Amino acid sequence: MGRVASLPTTGRSLTEVEADAQAGTHRRAATGLKALVGSSAGDVMRSPDDRGRFGAFGGRYVPESLVPACHELELAFRCAWTDPAFHEEYRRTLASYGGRPTPVTECPRISRELGVRLLLKREDLVHGGSHKLNNVVGQALLAMRMGKSRLVAETGAGQHGVATATAAARFGLECTVYMGAVDQARQALNVFRMQLLGAEVRSVDAGSRTLKDAVNEALRDWVASVEDTHYCLGSVMGPHPYPWMVREFQRVLGEEAREQCRAILGGSDPDIVVACVGGGSNAAGTFAGFADTRARLVGVEAAGGAAMRNGSPGILHGMHSYLLQDADGQIEEARSISAGLDYPGIGPEHAYLASVGRAEYASACDEEVLEAFQLLSRLEGIIPALEPAHALAWVVREAGREIPHGSSVLVTLSGRGDKDVDQVRAALIAPPEAREDQPVPPRAATPEAGSRSAGREP
Amino acid sequence: MSRLASTLVTARDRYAKKLLVPYVTAGMVAGWPEMLQACFDAGADAVEVGIPFSDPMLDGPVIQEASRVALERGTTFQGVLDGIASAGLPGPVAVMTYANLFFHGGYTATADRLAAAGVDAAIIPDLPLDEAGDWRAAARLRGIETVLLAAPSTPDDRLALICDAAEGFVYSLGVMGVTGERASLAGSATVLAKRCKALTGKPVLVGVGVSTKEQAVEACSVADGVIVGSALVRRVASGAGASEVARFVGDIRSALDARQ
Ligand SMILES: Cc1ncc(COP(=O)(O)O)c(C=O)c1O
Repeated sequence: MGRVASLPTTGRSLTEVEADAQAGTHRRAATGLKALVGSSAGDVMRSPDDRGRFGAFGGRYVPESLVPACHELELAFRCAWTDPAFHEEYRRTLASYGGRPTPVTECPRISRELGVRLLLKREDLVHGGSHKLNNVVGQALLAMRMGKSRLVAETGAGQHGVATATAAARFGLECTVYMGAVDQARQALNVFRMQLLGAEVRSVDAGSRTLKDAVNEALRDWVASVEDTHYCLGSVMGPHPYPWMVREFQRVLGEEAREQCRAILGGSDPDIVVACVGGGSNAAGTFAGFADTRARLVGVEAAGGAAMRNGSPGILHGMHSYLLQDADGQIEEARSISAGLDYPGIGPEHAYLASVGRAEYASACDEEVLEAFQLLSRLEGIIPALEPAHALAWVVREAGREIPHGSSVLVTLSGRGDKDVDQVRAALIAPPEAREDQPVPPRAATPEAGSRSAGREP
Repeated sequence: MSRLASTLVTARDRYAKKLLVPYVTAGMVAGWPEMLQACFDAGADAVEVGIPFSDPMLDGPVIQEASRVALERGTTFQGVLDGIASAGLPGPVAVMTYANLFFHGGYTATADRLAAAGVDAAIIPDLPLDEAGDWRAAARLRGIETVLLAAPSTPDDRLALICDAAEGFVYSLGVMGVTGERASLAGSATVLAKRCKALTGKPVLVGVGVSTKEQAVEACSVADGVIVGSALVRRVASGAGASEVARFVGDIRSALDARQ
């Protein structure tokens, strides 16, 4: 702890930082750790350039107040990620506390039904119920190395909030989670879980009152608290180094899956690898394990939040990527049954992978998702979260069409569905029209009453 | 030197004035262009016009709400520019908005539109120095100045680069935080202004967290001037008309003039 905090954090040129990374590359070779900071030059999922760009996408579009904090974080991450001791603690925590490695499960009954060979990477079995813990453990350890005592996070479905609260409890850090009022209403159970874990959950009543607004609020908090606070961003989005760092912290799931698939498939890789995409962290971690194989990589967005399919390039939340926006460039509200995919943007590396044709992005609508949710529950005894149910829904829809019969398909089951059971029950009882508008608390009359971003102001 | 810089430098150096730049969110009320005129009438040296954006991440509750209301009222980017153009304002206008509106419109086309509307400068909080190159190149060709922000957290070497690149004036953030009124001026406000002043002869204005005439005077013990945003927007949001805006701005003007 404090090791990195003592380093000069900002005045350094990027060349110096790069030189550090180079040195790290050699150290890493010496210690035999693999795939730490980027990898071979031909790898499409290498580390971003020194301006934090994946091709044209990424960057660091934050107010000047946060630029030094991003520099500090980048430097801390570069040092930590080339430090075998950090890796050791990260891996050990994920193993003994988080339950890693998670298995890859064959799904014989649903496979028979669809005419494909379906494998699931079981991130639903990670402690806390989703892949989010992988990232949060990495960032919490990093926060402590930087000497920060508080974590702030945004959450949509509540899974990243729960994961952050979990890690904060485990490591004795203070924790504040911002969550849109709409999401609080549909994920009430997760709000209570975060509170049980000792986190303060602040309701966000601005804008669409979902994930994007929670990100705004978390950024606003961070601007005022950056001295003692680390912003524990939950996906491969935001300003550099977050998209890269979060992908590296999620890489573990893809690398495990690749080995496990080879064991199951007699040494070969799956034909198709599928993951759902909100910001894109479980997909990025999954793809990182398969980018240099011949597997087809498919990210599945929610139809109402399909930034890659229906959006255009723009700048939001510190990054240049694809966004849903209107003719003027105002950000549009995403709409999905799944709070975790209700985001009008997508991580910049996904925009890059799409631009070079290495990954494809599809979407699934609420009805298809509800069907896939029930299908997996009934045929395999696994209740998925609504988010990865999108990935499954695509497989169900495309089996025999885009997915040739007999293909092997790996789906990352990024989380378990307990949090969604209530909502699915309501959706299945109510007709689709009535489902459109979830019961949502009325917007607070005054900004002061609704938004608590100004908590540090008089 | 373009109009914003030359106006501010002249006011400071020839007339020994402290500089006052009020901020109004465009479109938050129907009569917003008259508010700008009222600011000039009350002694503003320039005005800052917020173009509402759906996700104003450096803004606190007051300006967030003003932006939301403005968008709900149907305010568009071009509508704001038309309002500025037709107001025929007597002094420099800086627009403040977020990077996506400029990026989405295309940097060159946006710079053209700003210039055509008579806008002098742009303040884009989420376009820090490192990301501002393409925009600045396009803006410079159209004579649009780009004001850069300096933050209390900015280290010395970086601050020198910012002061060097800043056009119009250096926007010295009064506090680590979002826009909004504070009970007192943060200690960081004068510390940063002093650091900026040591690095540049360009006007250094303190913005964010300056809400009263007392705070304005205190900031100007070091800085060349102040930007007053949330305190004014809150008054407009609760129904203040042009004459009340003029009175509020005029009060700060008098206090700044009296201190000299
Ligand atoms: C289970 C689960 N999967 C996926 C996501 C979406 O995030 P990402 O796209 O970063 O994996 C969430 C977000 O809340 C989630 O809870």
